[in-house]
Amino acid sequence: RKSCAVPSSPCSCSWTSSSVLLTFAVDRGNFKTCDQSAFCKRQRALKPGQSPYRALLETLELSDSRLTLQLINDNNKVHLLLELYRLQGNMTRVKINELKPLRPRFEVPDVLIAEPPTEPLSVLSKDDNGVVLSLGAKNQRLIVSARPFRLDIMQGPEVLLSLNSRGLLAFEHLRLHKDTDKEEDGLWEETFKSHTDTKPNGPTSISLDFSLPGVEHVYGIPEHADDLKLKTTDGGDPYRLYNLDVFQYELYNPMALYGSIPVMLAHNTQRTMGIFWLNAAETWVDISSNTAGKTVFGKMLDFVQGSSEKPQTDVRWISESGIIDVFIMLGPKPSDVFSQYASLTGTQSFPPLASLGYHQCRWNYNDQEDVKSVDQGFDQHDIPYDFIWLDIEHADGKRYFTWDPHKFPQPKEMLQGLMDKRRKMVAIVDPHIRVDSGYKIHNEITSKDFYVKNKDGRNYEGWCWPGNSGYPDFTKPEMRAWWSSMFAYDQYEGSMENLFTWNDMNEPSVFNGPEVTMHKDALHGKWEHRDIHNIYGLYVQMATAEGQTQRSGGVERPFVLTRAFFAGSQRYGAVWTGDNAAEWDHLKISIPMCLSLGLVGVSFCGADVGGFFKNPSTELLVRWYQTGAYQPFFRAHAHLDTTRREPWLFGPENTALIREVIRQRYALLPYWYQLLYQAHKTGMPVMRPLWVDYPKDTATFTIDDEFLIGSDLLVHPVTEEGSRGVTAYLPGAGEVWYDVHTFQKHNGAQNLYIPVTLSSIPVFQRGGSIIPRKDRVRRSSACMENDPYTLYVALSPKKFAEGELYIDDGHSLNYDTKKEFIHRSLTFANNALTSSNLCPDCNFLTSSWIEKVLILGASKPSKVLLKMDGKETPVDFEFDTSMSVLTLRKPGMNAGADWTLLLQ
Amino acid sequence: MTCLHLLLTLVFAVSLGTPVEIQRPRGVPLTKKPFYEENKPFTCLDGSRTIPFDRVNDDYCDCKDGSDEPGTAACPNGSFHCTNAGYRPMFIPSSRINDGICDCCDTTDEYNSGAKCENTCKELGLKERDVLQKMAEITKEGFLLKQQLIEEAKKGREEKQGKVTDMQENKKQLEEKVEALRTVKETAEQPEKEAKERHLKAWEEQKAAIRLEKDKAKMAEAFLELDDNADGFVSVSELQSHAELDPDADGTLTETEVQGLMGGAAQVDTSTFESVWTNIKDKYHSESQPEEPAPVETPPEEVKEPVVDNDSEPFPEDDISEEEDEDEDDEDDYHEDDDKVLPTVKTPEKSHEDGEAMLPYDPDTQTLIDAAQKARDDFEDSEKALREMDDQIRNIEKELSFDFGPDAEFTYLYSQCYELTTSEYIYRLCPFNRVSQKPKYGGSETNLGTWGSWSGPENNKYLVMKYEHGTGCWQGPNRSTTVKLTCGKETVVTSTSEPSRCEYLMEFTTPAVCQEPANMDLLPHGHEEL
Repeated sequence: RKSCAVPSSPCSCSWTSSSVLLTFAVDRGNFKTCDQSAFCKRQRALKPGQSPYRALLETLELSDSRLTLQLINDNNKVHLLLELYRLQGNMTRVKINELKPLRPRFEVPDVLIAEPPTEPLSVLSKDDNGVVLSLGAKNQRLIVSARPFRLDIMQGPEVLLSLNSRGLLAFEHLRLHKDTDKEEDGLWEETFKSHTDTKPNGPTSISLDFSLPGVEHVYGIPEHADDLKLKTTDGGDPYRLYNLDVFQYELYNPMALYGSIPVMLAHNTQRTMGIFWLNAAETWVDISSNTAGKTVFGKMLDFVQGSSEKPQTDVRWISESGIIDVFIMLGPKPSDVFSQYASLTGTQSFPPLASLGYHQCRWNYNDQEDVKSVDQGFDQHDIPYDFIWLDIEHADGKRYFTWDPHKFPQPKEMLQGLMDKRRKMVAIVDPHIRVDSGYKIHNEITSKDFYVKNKDGRNYEGWCWPGNSGYPDFTKPEMRAWWSSMFAYDQYEGSMENLFTWNDMNEPSVFNGPEVTMHKDALHGKWEHRDIHNIYGLYVQMATAEGQTQRSGGVERPFVLTRAFFAGSQRYGAVWTGDNAAEWDHLKISIPMCLSLGLVGVSFCGADVGGFFKNPSTELLVRWYQTGAYQPFFRAHAHLDTTRREPWLFGPENTALIREVIRQRYALLPYWYQLLYQAHKTGMPVMRPLWVDYPKDTATFTIDDEFLIGSDLLVHPVTEEGSRGVTAYLPGAGEVWYDVHTFQKHNGAQNLYIPVTLSSIPVFQRGGSIIPRKDRVRRSSACMENDPYTLYVALSPKKFAEGELYIDDGHSLNYDTKKEFIHRSLTFANNALTSSNLCPDCNFLTSSWIEKVLILGASKPSKVLLKMDGKETPVDFEFDTSMSVLTLRKPGMNAGADWTLLLQ
Repeated sequence: MTCLHLLLTLVFAVSLGTPVEIQRPRGVPLTKKPFYEENKPFTCLDGSRTIPFDRVNDDYCDCKDGSDEPGTAACPNGSFHCTNAGYRPMFIPSSRINDGICDCCDTTDEYNSGAKCENTCKELGLKERDVLQKMAEITKEGFLLKQQLIEEAKKGREEKQGKVTDMQENKKQLEEKVEALRTVKETAEQPEKEAKERHLKAWEEQKAAIRLEKDKAKMAEAFLELDDNADGFVSVSELQSHAELDPDADGTLTETEVQGLMGGAAQVDTSTFESVWTNIKDKYHSESQPEEPAPVETPPEEVKEPVVDNDSEPFPEDDISEEEDEDEDDEDDYHEDDDKVLPTVKTPEKSHEDGEAMLPYDPDTQTLIDAAQKARDDFEDSEKALREMDDQIRNIEKELSFDFGPDAEFTYLYSQCYELTTSEYIYRLCPFNRVSQKPKYGGSETNLGTWGSWSGPENNKYLVMKYEHGTGCWQGPNRSTTVKLTCGKETVVTSTSEPSRCEYLMEFTTPAVCQEPANMDLLPHGHEEL
């Protein structure tokens, strides 16, 4: 769910019903352009090449961990303090603040998992023009130029990245209000629509430019409904990062959406780098490129004539307040950037296995009877699912943590019914709190004085689903601790261990606020909402996830879905792409939207299957299931005004198609689970663009209609209406890919045309990989816990393959606290498939065993032997010559054991 | 290492009193036992391949059709048979074997999962028998009621058809009567019209004579007034004193203008004044009552004719709207309302206002009028009767045209309404008409759909009614309601819900859908396996 749209609801939204009926699109007038945002307009008016900043080299101080240096703005003589850090793992941190600000400026807490460990910097040389510092590894240097101030990071003779090379560093220092300040500059006040933003601190914005020589492809800075590869923003608005509840969002533009992660990745065939701009205020990002306008032919001509200037991408970040605190992640490999970013902000939380299953959601399942009959519907139609969801109507008058006494009189009975089927439920808990003296949550927040305040110091109130609502100040640790305690079983009445949580509307959404969110001059303690806006949603999910962990005494993993997010949100659960629509383009955009999130840490991403607004055609619904089943978070959801669309409502043929793809998802759960574990451990994205694994193959750089799951599955979903075929790019010269449905082998580095029918889902397994599956699909993931595995060994042309197998209890934190898991390495080499232990000091027992091994691209052996416990036993096998598939029948070893299968 | 799962299972058949052991692989129904012969190679039931018998139920799927693993979860498309002694046997998908959830009441599906299942077959069997018995009773009684309904409907239909036939006959007679009375009316109206015209003409002549007299008196009076010097002549100067006579209304009455009015004469006597009077009488102000405008004569044409609007129907061409009204409100089968709106016939004698009231008709004329009025009344009465007859015929024909089921068993629902009150709303189902919803605590009624069609499954479309085109939903479809009919002794709405926004579902019991009861002996007793 959902933005405010119903005129009869208490929200005083400015969308009129007629405009909603006539056009299906965002009302752009509700949201600011750069020109309507005073600081963005001021900043964008600055011209490059006129930097007033100069480094005062005589102020340089170097300690073990950092270098400091003052900068002066020659126009107004304001001094800034530059801090440089060389961070472990090939990163550089650049901080710029006022040397003596009138008041402290906001620095974003709670995003970094720890103060990043540093490595010593050393001065290589120094003269009047600047300083050269060593960055240690591989001849990397950092050059500080004094006049104008500029930073260059170099490796050998090559400039990797420059800061302020275009002179767009601009730091609006805190000041006293002067009568000479021009009103039209919006320094001390600005009005948008009917909302006036008072700015008691005056102008506070900051900006810095980055140049990336040799870079033509930049990615990231979600959330935008746009292509994977970021576009240049010349002549249009910059990409905007400002968490907003956008009703019926439009595709392919840089408008802000529900979440913000200020991280950009730059990639070329030689190197991948990242820029992490740690600032939670409204932010705009301009991108320009010297090659953007050139055609491939034009570039080629340049190359032939030797007249080519080096391609370069220039990026400029602009934020409304706070300080400049930027982390430059120097890669060089894509996986290095992921682990560098993970070392700063943490990794994807490791979700309960069940949450990787299928989720059935709707606004709203009406009552307990409805829940029961939908649950039974899945069994009647033999379709697996793990979670059924309840939207806002389940609560008593939108008072979260309560249940509607008529519709859900016996929540525990309902939850027990689901538990008996080994299934689970999610109920929504939004952060807006109904102002109602009969509501416990409201009364406690009031008495503890936990609400956000307006500029006059009274409780801030705005309109949301319940009508007049207060907004708890989640930036307060005490408030978050209290919120977490509300999830205790004795506090959250009707909750049980199989009830999980969904945080929606946490941008925060304020129906009658400016741009449907909170006034920037509202107060969070001493900080303005302006300073913290983009991190509010992160805190909501953080406190909720913490509450879920606490209710089990720290034993069970939480599962919390959020709509708003910020850098670091990956640590707290899943994210979905908000209120999309039942349109083919929305199905298509789900791929780049989740790919972009994956690149900046958020792996557990999904889009509403079927589309939230409007009714999908049957074909679109089927295609969406086929796509969603191969994306990390797999949930169907629908708007209140849509017709019912449970999977069995579209005739037996379509029910069968949907059943089939959900079953494919469940069979692959061991692989998904292992990838989430990997993401949790290393920061590697689960759903990835092809270039992550094929960084030198330029053909992959702009692909965003297909993707990889891990390194080993390539998916090209059908996202065109009436499609009769798709062309998938199979990367990797000299590699092979196997169609997972037919086992047909295809060569890499080719565009492969695949004819499709409505049942087709083009998926390929990489030659050289081993994927464990559980082919005995049951009605929920928990039911499959002890089932045996089938190993799909896809041989490379060199008859090699490797993979992993990860097993634990699927739901507790014991994998972490007690090392209760199995992690095996599976290797096929020299005609032997071997399972070896990746974690010898781990302890976990499984009753799962290996029931079957399929070796794709094999030749027929004369004999197959299982070597285990010093014994050799023959194993039955079959060989399919047409597809070269060798099937080993029931080798039967325990999934946690050491063993080798020998083909002779 | 996985264990080899138990091959054989014991089944106790209770009906014979002594347990009998029937050995067969786990999960195999008795009917298929012959295909699973111990120690002989097993051929997949689809014939696709033959495997050693020790591969049956060995927890590995060898047959594409899943038939080698009837008792394990190894095959994705397999099924498991539970005997469920005491209850009814059933097949479950193989994926539900040992999944930790008790599916078979005899617990046989969870033989290796650790799930603690209790055998509930006996209990379920009893309960089911109880339910089935009750249902059977309901069905039985319901079916009897249905027979009555069919009988009544048949009778009612015959009656109605008979009535229609009778009414068609009556209608013909009525039509003839109407025609006859029309002739009578027209015959009576002709002399009436003539007599009235005569009367009117005489009256007009009389009025003209009176007017002429009045004018002459006025002229004489004016002459006397104008003849200021009483010399028996009205002179130019005498006339000039009357400024209101100014022909060009420029404010001054010149001598020349006066001469014009006087036809060039310098003075006129009483006899020649007549022509001057013609010129001035419209403007002339009497000196005795100077400010009061001369009473405007009502021109003879404007004298109101006595209105007798009795030669047309009260609501000509009104049939269409009446038809719509019927759709809106079917309970008003007979349009009794019509009486209320018939106009009362005015009699001319009482209708005249001012002093020039027309003289009463002479007795002869009045007699003719009375006779004509009676003829008109008679004609109207007969026409009204004909219209009512038409309405009745139409209503009955409409009712007869509904599809009330194969045996007209749903006829009794026609023009009835059934209500269900929930916590928020009162729902009202008027079969073959409409469904509506009204807030319990005040507020206006919402139309949830008007009668559309029978829309049950192909084998029995009479199990579901569809009501469509109700009040529109914001940003959504028009409301519609699906009514599911189940067998019951009583005719009741048992539940309503709104599974999708603006798509309502209603459960409705009626004897009309009760099927002929099955033989009670077919109730399960747990021995059909033998």
